Amino acid sequence: MNLSVNIAGVTWKNPVTVASGTFGSGAEYSEFVDLNRLGAVTTKGVANVPWPGNPTPRVAEVYGGMLNAVGLQNPGIELFCKRDISFLKQYDTKIIVNVCGHSTEEYVEVVKRLQDEPIDMMEINISCPNVKEGGIAFGTDPKAVEAITAEVKKYAKQPIIMKLSPNVTDITEMARAAEAGGADALSLINTITGMKIDIDRRKFVLANKTGGMSGPAIHPVAVRMVYQTAQAVHIPIIGMGGIMTAADAIEMLLAGATAVSVGTANFVDPHTSEKIVEGIEAYMMKYGVEDINELVGAVHA
Amino acid sequence: MKKAIEMAQVISQKPLGNDIYDMILHAPQVAREAVAGQFVSVYAKDASKLLPRPISLCGIDREAGTIRLVYRVTGENTGTKEFSQLTDGDEIRIMGPLGNGFTVLPGKKAFLIGGGIGVPPMLQLAKDIKAGVAQGLVDDNGEKTGEIPAIQIVMGYRDAATFLLDEFEEQGESFVATEDGSVGTKGNVMDAIRENVLEADVIYACGPMPMLRALKEYAAQQGMECYISMEERMACGIGACLACVCGSKDKDEHSNVHNKRICKEGPVFDAKEVEL
Repeated sequence: MNLSVNIAGVTWKNPVTVASGTFGSGAEYSEFVDLNRLGAVTTKGVANVPWPGNPTPRVAEVYGGMLNAVGLQNPGIELFCKRDISFLKQYDTKIIVNVCGHSTEEYVEVVKRLQDEPIDMMEINISCPNVKEGGIAFGTDPKAVEAITAEVKKYAKQPIIMKLSPNVTDITEMARAAEAGGADALSLINTITGMKIDIDRRKFVLANKTGGMSGPAIHPVAVRMVYQTAQAVHIPIIGMGGIMTAADAIEMLLAGATAVSVGTANFVDPHTSEKIVEGIEAYMMKYGVEDINELVGAVHA
Repeated sequence: MKKAIEMAQVISQKPLGNDIYDMILHAPQVAREAVAGQFVSVYAKDASKLLPRPISLCGIDREAGTIRLVYRVTGENTGTKEFSQLTDGDEIRIMGPLGNGFTVLPGKKAFLIGGGIGVPPMLQLAKDIKAGVAQGLVDDNGEKTGEIPAIQIVMGYRDAATFLLDEFEEQGESFVATEDGSVGTKGNVMDAIRENVLEADVIYACGPMPMLRALKEYAAQQGMECYISMEERMACGIGACLACVCGSKDKDEHSNVHNKRICKEGPVFDAKEVEL
């Protein structure tokens, strides 16, 4: 039985990674999860310099999901390279570094700094709705998506995954733009912008007013967008958005994702990512699937 | 201290009035490792409620393998409402112990101060100090290393619906403030300290932010040490998601910015280290 998948020339031992921002750089979760069991670890977004993030409260629970407005707090690329990459190198898993920035120059600075680091892939966050100064502009304008993709591709020695925002009218337009810019793979979906109001205090629950919604409530939206995107582009897709169980992950594969990413579910049960690997194996046994790749895009009318 | 995820069994649960509940859980892995001032993540069974609820440890019985949670139900259709309906024998998933507890300074006369739902964690601290087993008074082998300090307890409540007060009185001299003046000093814990002309070398406290701010300022004026337990909305509970940060005076080693993680570096901080 083959569980390994190939994403833009990088072979993962299985199709399961963890979503950026939900797993740090793995150190905290390694107390519970055997990182060797994961196809890849995707790190929390890192910028050229340390970012302090947003004021608190930064998270709020909503029915079947949560909102976050952490604001991409991160220690900056220098400390990250020294500490976090060397931590992850202890494990037999692929390393995907998520990159964030306020401007093309900032993205490029991080990508250049990472080009000779022992990491396997980079994921470019052009969609995080928390960052007022640039995220929205990049991720919601196809010209900007194509331009930033082309720019980071000039410097990256590792394959580039462009992470798409769902806060757009037509996700396929953004997907095509990233592909045209030279993206090696796509990941989707990022969080959906939401808001929660405390009716007793008549105040916004999040200090940032809006936050990115994640969790099982957004899963059907993610499945639909992965399906549409898979019809529109030829590069591989890492599907994410509300994956709680192996069944959710398999839905994503059938919709056209080559791999999946587990995010908010890590907060619900730190063991979720490992359990999903096991659950996918069990599904393959049950249906006599010899190769995981048979499932990719195998949904039919 | 090793963290565990375990299915805890409810030993008992009773209401203490005003939406406060008192639940004892059999959770031997957590109980074995826990110290006063730490907390646990409690997961709701309702799958629409994703995030664990961080609840401080009001009691730890290492021999019996039990922990005690005294918590407030925050409304209808909440995770804490679900917890309050658990009865003997029910199971509930928890993770812990989380964060760092209070470290007691040997021989330094202490105020133990709690406000509202910040009252419960101070009870285990009072017991551990009295027994000379609090963190800071024993070494890694459990050998006593420091002089047991004298304590005075100051608790603040909204009104006459106080809770745990009789148990605090068993641990040491206790003073009470209520916002409406129905019990003890009218006002807050600072008013109770002034009215009773209390003095100490160090403060250990847990409670609402205005109380912590007042204590930080008071401690600075008096030249006292002050250790406070903080609260914030959390997601992961283990330091990965960076939701529950507080501002810090110095650049934090982990975050590389002026932010500390309440769930990981806290919840107990030296008041001088944090921006309130």
